[in-house]
Amino acid sequence: MQPTALVLRAAGTNCERETAWTLRQAGATADILHVNELLREPARLRDYHLLAIPGGFSYGDDLGSGVVFANQLRSRLKPEIEKFIEDGKLMLGICNGFQVLLKAGLLTGRDVFDDPPRATLSWNMSGRYEDRWVDLRIVSEKTPFVSGRKVVSYPVAHAEGQFIAPDALLDELEQDQQVVFQYVDADGRPTQQFPANPNGSSRAIAGICSKSGQVLGLMPHPERNIRHFHHPEWKRMPKRQWGDGFELFQNAVRRAGQLVG
Amino acid sequence: MLWKIRLVPKSGAKSPESLRVARTLSDAGVNAAGIVHHRLFLIEGELDRETALRIGGALLADPVLEIAEVYEGTQEEPHAGRLFHVMRRTGVMDPVEASLTRALRDIGVNPTGVKSADQYLFADKPSAQDLSRAAPALGNIVVDESHAGALKLDALPRGRKHEFKRIEVAVRMFDDAHLQQVNAEHRLALNIEEMRAIRKYFEDAGREPTDVELQTIAQTWSEHCKHKTLTGMVHYRERGPGNADELEADSLFGLGDLPLDGKIDNLLKATIKRATDELAKPWCLSVFVDNAGVIGFDEQDAICFKVETHNHPSAIEPYGGAGTGIGGVIRDIMGTGLGARPVMNTDVFCFGPPDLAADHVHRGAMHPRKIMRGVVSGVRDYGNRMGIPTTNGSVHFDARYTGNPLVYAGSVGIIPRDKIAKAARAGDHIIVVGGRTGRDGIGGATFSSVELTSKSEVVSSGAVQIGNAIQEQMVLETLLKARDLNLYHAVTDCGAGGLSSAVGEMGEQLGAHVELSHVPLKYEGLSCLEVWISEAQERMVVAVAPHKVADILQLFRDEDVEATDIGVFGNNGRLHLDWHGQRVCDLAMEFMHDGMPRIEREAVYEAPKRHVPHGDAKSGAGEILAAILASPNVCSKEWIVRQYDHEVQAGSAVKPFTGPGRDGPSDGCAVVPKPGGEDAIVVSNGLNTRYGDVDPYWMAQSNIDEALRNYVATGGDIDHCAILDNFSWGKCNKPDRMGAMVRACYGALHAARAYGTPFISGKDSLNNEFKTEAGVSIAIPHTLLISAIGKAVSIDALTTSDLKRPGNKLLLAGFTSREFAGSHHELVTGIAGDVPPRVDAALALKMFRAINAAQRAGFVASAHDCSEGGLAVALAEMCIGGRLGAKVRLRQEMAATDADIDDTTLLFSESNSRLILEIAPHHEAAVFELFAGLPLFELGEVVSGPRLQIEGLQGTVPIDADVLEMRDMWRQPIYAVFGETSPA
Repeated sequence: MQPTALVLRAAGTNCERETAWTLRQAGATADILHVNELLREPARLRDYHLLAIPGGFSYGDDLGSGVVFANQLRSRLKPEIEKFIEDGKLMLGICNGFQVLLKAGLLTGRDVFDDPPRATLSWNMSGRYEDRWVDLRIVSEKTPFVSGRKVVSYPVAHAEGQFIAPDALLDELEQDQQVVFQYVDADGRPTQQFPANPNGSSRAIAGICSKSGQVLGLMPHPERNIRHFHHPEWKRMPKRQWGDGFELFQNAVRRAGQLVG
Repeated sequence: MLWKIRLVPKSGAKSPESLRVARTLSDAGVNAAGIVHHRLFLIEGELDRETALRIGGALLADPVLEIAEVYEGTQEEPHAGRLFHVMRRTGVMDPVEASLTRALRDIGVNPTGVKSADQYLFADKPSAQDLSRAAPALGNIVVDESHAGALKLDALPRGRKHEFKRIEVAVRMFDDAHLQQVNAEHRLALNIEEMRAIRKYFEDAGREPTDVELQTIAQTWSEHCKHKTLTGMVHYRERGPGNADELEADSLFGLGDLPLDGKIDNLLKATIKRATDELAKPWCLSVFVDNAGVIGFDEQDAICFKVETHNHPSAIEPYGGAGTGIGGVIRDIMGTGLGARPVMNTDVFCFGPPDLAADHVHRGAMHPRKIMRGVVSGVRDYGNRMGIPTTNGSVHFDARYTGNPLVYAGSVGIIPRDKIAKAARAGDHIIVVGGRTGRDGIGGATFSSVELTSKSEVVSSGAVQIGNAIQEQMVLETLLKARDLNLYHAVTDCGAGGLSSAVGEMGEQLGAHVELSHVPLKYEGLSCLEVWISEAQERMVVAVAPHKVADILQLFRDEDVEATDIGVFGNNGRLHLDWHGQRVCDLAMEFMHDGMPRIEREAVYEAPKRHVPHGDAKSGAGEILAAILASPNVCSKEWIVRQYDHEVQAGSAVKPFTGPGRDGPSDGCAVVPKPGGEDAIVVSNGLNTRYGDVDPYWMAQSNIDEALRNYVATGGDIDHCAILDNFSWGKCNKPDRMGAMVRACYGALHAARAYGTPFISGKDSLNNEFKTEAGVSIAIPHTLLISAIGKAVSIDALTTSDLKRPGNKLLLAGFTSREFAGSHHELVTGIAGDVPPRVDAALALKMFRAINAAQRAGFVASAHDCSEGGLAVALAEMCIGGRLGAKVRLRQEMAATDADIDDTTLLFSESNSRLILEIAPHHEAAVFELFAGLPLFELGEVVSGPRLQIEGLQGTVPIDADVLEMRDMWRQPIYAVFGETSPA
């Protein structure tokens, strides 16, 4: 049996179709569900092994990026999400999805939910939305979403991607191997320099996982580097079957497959 | 109970928003050092302080960055004397309200009202002058209000209930003078013949019209909706030297197709549509009838494309105007056939010079820089939020756009072939879905048909709309679900004219009955007329069979989108509108749609006396190249383009920038519209307004040629390519403006016909003039945007412009002639050219096909077209993109005739139809074979050292430039406009 993935959308989510398509290519079944349907019947979450919250502008980010959606997870789906994590299942948040998971407290705590969340994603140092490709180094293998400490290229497209947390928490995240992706320069070193670090994130953090490794959030978009024509230099490169981003989904689906009874 | 919850940044004046505000204010001459920005929320309802604290602390504040403070509505915050507030005027769309209400409900709080505001705490008490400058810098007085000191409210302001009164307007038995008065008083923007036709209709009906009827007719007959100039009668004449009735060169009477008496019955049909009819391409599936033109794509699906202008609203409120411009054209795509899914957007802007001295800005107009910033933000926020990539566009500058900027917004959609046909049926219910109706944008259709003046900002503020992209995105997703469940027979968007146009169009053959009091409102106080013509955004109308009404209403409710049954399509051919059962409109559809008298326009074309700008003397070709690279029209628009998401939907295959530095300019864009799809759409555009000052006929041909060579350079199949026309012109009741229009239309016909590229959709905006305080009317340059769309030869045949590999050969396709009139060489040197670039489309078509064949065979490593600045600029851009150099030699045989043989012509002339191709040495012979009998010349080769060296005809080296230096010259100017430097 195939593992099942739920791509959860809300008003303003806009990357659900390519995220679901990629999960299917990686071997999962993938359903796209409006959060209203899950709020009506939270137990439906139990049908899935992997929950993905894709990019977009949930509820317009009108109260701050991801805030309204995060509030729904915290205040209306908490028991089901706790059970989901206890069952060893996986959660992935990309871009706005990362903002949602972080602001729901699903990435920084010792328990499933950190209350109140101790880290945030704030305005880019440049003060505006930008779309550009970045190089990332995988610096921890704590999470099953990654394999191998390599450098990969994904695009970022956001206005609020600057990772901010108190120093003590940053130290803790590093110590516990929760920092998974860092923005790196042309020599592959973590950098604070714009534009290689597109938003000024502390310690060049582009993505982190939870203590358990089951929850991963990142600002860059792996689902936008899947097909051979996605990379901006594809006309200069030998033809590849898959782009750098595909491995993350394959890894996730593989681990989710181990949960299938 | 009303609560004020304010969020104070822990970092105080150093918070990003505080710093941004300080910069903005200091630009506006306000002393704002140390200012702190607070987010402020007003929440009204049955809630206690504890709940308000919980809302502030656990929901609204970012616990890492902010502290929440709670005050009662009438309570003063500390330092009230230093506070300043900016918020949306009551009744103007504020998307935050809906999101906040939703989030409060999620935590079990049901507010009776909410509002958001920005609060600013000055370090010192601001002076009255500071405050008067701060208000327009921090908001726009058209949509925002400001307040100094603490906000003290016991309840949120609300609209007043409207007292209904049926208003009749006397028109019968009146003379022309009185009719003109009615026209002006009710801002109908109609002409006297039209007013007379209305008088006649009501004389026959034996009664006076209501205000609703008059406005309904005015909206339907507006230039914006009916294109009455282009579909009217035109009498074209020419005035040659010494009052001769023909031009010396290129008389339109000698170029074919124009009737010998110069009398044209329906210019649109005689030119633009004629090309389409003659070409009769089988893949043209729906042209000029729906909201967008539709062409075939693959076996299952078709693609559609529409480009709109939103010029006048953008002049007054750039952010809202541009945002609702893109929002409107996206709705056009959603309303094409039974609904298409938007897959990419385009945007093209024309502004005044970005470095214009402040005292050169007309009174009543905004500085071009401010307009540009607002327009870019508006397009960015709407397009990005909709999740549609913005992948193609361009920006143009000319002083004549200062008072009347142009904002073109385009959208491409994909639609199943079996969903292209639609028709409402008698008995179908009229369901309005999406946003609620407010007072926004009242009179937009008629407003866009009058000229801007120094007072427009004050007079027409109602015509400005603010959009809510998330609302539209929700409508899109739900509508497509309903489409796939076959829940409706027809759909259209509420655009200009609001419900009046949407219902009027759908019910044209049927009749319709609407109960206006059923339309859901944002707030009380709207009259029935306002409900009917409001241009509130994010609304669509669907026609639903009676037995499916319950299903569709439920579907929309499940997705939190409002859907309301407001009436029924009839079978008596009449438009009936009621307000709580009382009839306020009873018109024959036939009169509304066919009763308009045709317009007759005089058109006189005289070869223009041109004023060639004073350029600086340049010491050589190197300096000229540098000056063109840094000129506003040519230089990189990266500062703008990076603010758009061009990757969302994961279909972008040729992006706006290319090469290892991701800063080389792409000619067009390519998008794979379906996840997993094996076919790509290619889109490009062509626009050059400088040629229009020389001859609009050749401008039209050049713009089509530019769009097509960009299209081919990207890998688009020239034999599966359609084009769109968007005319933005001055006032066409002036014969000289109209004369130029006629020439442009015939140029468009001749080029489209010769290339085999049919027009499938178009739009015109014909009153683009700004009247200064002194009463001088400044017309914009004749502006014809051509957008091209079609299918890529294949994904693998897509081509980018960056040089790929040292040792590869560089070839030039196409002849070069001495064609400098309107060129950038002329612009930067001040040396006047004689003739504008012309087009030999028959030859060009053969070359474009040969290039397609080379792409199909995998021979083309890179390709780039020669446009502004000619060959030299094109080579420079290819080097910049590839971070490689080129060694090139000019040759006599590249010149079309002996008279064209000189270095300056070969380097900088802007002759059309030319492309540079990069070919691996072992494919060179094969490419020359594909070009048998066609002009193809060896230019030189790609080299690893980053220098562009061009050897002239005499063996000198007129250009020898460092690639990184050229990159900086080309990339920096727009950053510099905004006081920034381009990133490394």
